[in-house]
Amino acid sequence: MTVTGVRATARILARDDGRGGTALPVLEGDGPLALRRTRGSGAEARVMLVGAMSGPLGGDHFAVEAEVGDGARLSVGSAAATIALPGQAKGESRYDVRLNVADGGELCWLPEQLISVHGSDLYVTTRVEVGADARLVLREEQVLGRAGEEPGRLTSRLSVRVAGRMVLDQELACGPGAPGGWDGPAVLGGYRAVGQLVVVRPEFGERPVGARVLGDGVAVMPLAGPAALVTAVAADALRLRRALDEALAAFG
Amino acid sequence: MSRAALLVLADGRFPAGGHAHSGGAEAAVKAGRITGAGSLADFCRGRLHTAGLVSGAVAAAAVLGVDPLELDRATDARTPSPALRVAARKLGRQLMRAGRATWPSAELDALARQFPKGAHQPVVLGLVARAAGLGAEDAAYCAAYESVSGAASAVVRLLSLDPFDATGVLARLAPELDRVADRAVEAARAVVGDGVNALPAASAPLLEIGAEAHAAWAVRLFAS
Repeated sequence: MTVTGVRATARILARDDGRGGTALPVLEGDGPLALRRTRGSGAEARVMLVGAMSGPLGGDHFAVEAEVGDGARLSVGSAAATIALPGQAKGESRYDVRLNVADGGELCWLPEQLISVHGSDLYVTTRVEVGADARLVLREEQVLGRAGEEPGRLTSRLSVRVAGRMVLDQELACGPGAPGGWDGPAVLGGYRAVGQLVVVRPEFGERPVGARVLGDGVAVMPLAGPAALVTAVAADALRLRRALDEALAAFG
Repeated sequence: MSRAALLVLADGRFPAGGHAHSGGAEAAVKAGRITGAGSLADFCRGRLHTAGLVSGAVAAAAVLGVDPLELDRATDARTPSPALRVAARKLGRQLMRAGRATWPSAELDALARQFPKGAHQPVVLGLVARAAGLGAEDAAYCAAYESVSGAASAVVRLLSLDPFDATGVLARLAPELDRVADRAVEAARAVVGDGVNALPAASAPLLEIGAEAHAAWAVRLFAS
């Protein structure tokens, strides 16, 4: 018997409702990816991604797509951490996130952590297209193993394009089978939690944020475009979140 | 092509300014992450498979004739640390001077006009290799080797590490260097058909964070 993984896609479409708020004409998820609209504030619509099944497991292929139109404001979070698990199906699982923020739109993409469990094998891609006058806050956090556990294999690629130009394209590979040195002093150096925060604002084109180091293991870096990246490493998920929250608050 | 040209280009004494940079080793030594030959080997291995792979692919793609402007922008997107972007352009400018003097070529002249403040070093390296009559594989080897050799010799000075031990580290990385150069050339060939998004984007968080910390020091032995 051939075991094949689960395929699931969730889609969100956010539009200016013409009355100072944001409408969600498309809000659909299937199988393990359920979406719930929760109470927003002001013009912003808020959506929770609820994991209705465990996973992704080996061989699963999940995809999440969100599109934010001119004048719309969308904030997306998740109800719990995503846990990459080994499965019966052979091979890697995939999780693809595609985000598109049109000119005049705003997206806050703040999901909970991705935890790579021992024996799992996950390839995550996050591709973001941001219009010249759009705003974005995006957070990604990877946690290597549950408490005291060796991680699975995790490869995560994050690319961000602003007004058609690539401002960030990075891939981090870690865990058993990843290219050598991933846990060494050039890459993760024994840290078990790593995160990125991408902030895109049109005003950064004229006035880029200043580069600075916030404590040990956190750097704020202006990218080659109207965007900034915070990269952080930490001993665990809690310390990582604290570091990224502080960095986000410093953007004002 | 002349194979000896590769020796000239890859020679640590080629006057392209590389000796002033530690490839992040100075920051890693200060942070206590490199303490001897063992941790130097881990450091170099991590650099080789991240920065080394990306540089190798960019240099090889430049040899294959991919648009330098596109390669330079793609390298920017793969270099979030502004300190590392500045260092890479400075090294690119210095290599450009040495390369034009050594292997004069209209292509290098055009690149110098296009990037008065310097292009990313691997882009320049690829075009210098091309001017020297070398191939994509040569450029990939050169970039991959440079990604670790500078760090190894810097650590000899920073930790008074035995130079024999540092050279041993590099020698033992040779099989992995072969694989990285192969992957870099394969990626570069894909770029010719599919565009610069096919370049590898392997990243190393501690190299980026360390580079920013290092750039803020008042006194340092190496420029990066």
